[in-house]
Amino acid sequence: MHERTPGIRPPQTLARQLDVAARRCFPGATIALALLLLAAPLGLPGQAGLQAALALGSVFFWSLFRPTSLPPPLVFLLGLLADLLGYGPLGVGVLIFLVTHCVAMLWRYQLLRQGFLLVWLVFLAVAAGAAALQWALTSLLTFRMLPAGPALFQAILSAGLYPLLAVVLTRAHATVAEPARA
Amino acid sequence: MIRLSIPVRQALSKLTLPVLIAAAFGLILLGKADAVMAERAQMALADALAPIYGLLAGPLARLRDVAGSAGHVLTQASENVRLREENEQLRKWQAIALALDAENATLKANLQWIPEPAPSFVTARVVADASGVYARAVLLSAGPNHGITKGQIALDDRGLVGRVTEVGARSVRVLLLTDMNSRIPVTLGDSRSRAILTGTNGPRPRLAYWTEDTPPVEGERVVTSGEANAFPPGLPVGTVRYNAQKVPEVELASRLDRLEIVRLFDYGMRGVLPPEASMARPATERRR
Repeated sequence: MHERTPGIRPPQTLARQLDVAARRCFPGATIALALLLLAAPLGLPGQAGLQAALALGSVFFWSLFRPTSLPPPLVFLLGLLADLLGYGPLGVGVLIFLVTHCVAMLWRYQLLRQGFLLVWLVFLAVAAGAAALQWALTSLLTFRMLPAGPALFQAILSAGLYPLLAVVLTRAHATVAEPARA
Repeated sequence: MIRLSIPVRQALSKLTLPVLIAAAFGLILLGKADAVMAERAQMALADALAPIYGLLAGPLARLRDVAGSAGHVLTQASENVRLREENEQLRKWQAIALALDAENATLKANLQWIPEPAPSFVTARVVADASGVYARAVLLSAGPNHGITKGQIALDDRGLVGRVTEVGARSVRVLLLTDMNSRIPVTLGDSRSRAILTGTNGPRPRLAYWTEDTPPVEGERVVTSGEANAFPPGLPVGTVRYNAQKVPEVELASRLDRLEIVRLFDYGMRGVLPPEASMARPATERRR
């Protein structure tokens, strides 16, 4: 994309191309790594919830601020990985990630001009929607009413973790995940 | 590579997301229609990841030990007092247990009791937490040709942990007692009344369907019951505790929050298994 903007640029060597590619892979790779690492028996309280919360927050963040590094097929694959690791009904995680990506993409131009607080408020709604969707779909697919407690906990955890996650990811967004700095 | 015109490319990129969302719905239907395929995909991933998690397990355990010992230093004095008291009590119980054991042996000798065969077991390391928001399970790493089958019973050093629900080539998934789908027939303490232990996804599963005249008593011991031919009778499960809402729950004997190594016992129980599993191996005769 930035090839079209005028300016002096270093030559396109192989090393530089690899660097750009690695920076583009950063969002997908970190989400996949977080999913895999948080499946290890770390003994953290609410670890399964933590895994889902971090993944959802990261998908939302990168979809909003750098969608070129997190294309929809990658979102699909990450959702599939989350589903296969979590042993829930297959496809539910995929759908939640894709819908989150979709929401972030739709409101991108309005949200990018706003401050952090509004983005967080929107993520609050996204997290609540994701938890509700997961609860509804899992209930539907297992043919019984599941308790709403875990869904509520999940929504609060996702929303509560987002500011912390955003601080780290904003730093990464400007440094290691920035293809223009290659 | 085919060079597409810009409008076509834009149209295609707009189409990706709806197509993928439709594919997600397709995947949900497929997973529901062909549960065996979904299970196979999950176990294939687990098999691929089990060796990696196995490598991580050592350093992780050491890390946890360091963190644990740091906490111990602060509470050492009070912990020592508690342990001394507990040791006193255990000594008394040991004496009683030895006396009862001797008495039991003589009684059995007089009755010409046929001893039950000692069950075979394998030991496996817990390598991953396979829990989701609505599931409580662990993944075990097992060597190739492990011979573990569905329905085997998992215990840690203190009590019942759960049952094997999925078996892969190098990994095994155990559904924990606390999972919402877990239903276990149990026997309560001295009254020998029956109940069902139902998982809630919380740390303490609940008791349900006990007989009206013998409600669970606070502090009563809970063991498995041999009904439905799913568990052997008498495996330690935990103790009855009433919660704030006066609902009887079970404080588990096993330490599910810090599972490291579990033993998988083959009691030859094929009582409650899905059809495809029992077809592969005909149901063994009921013991009673």
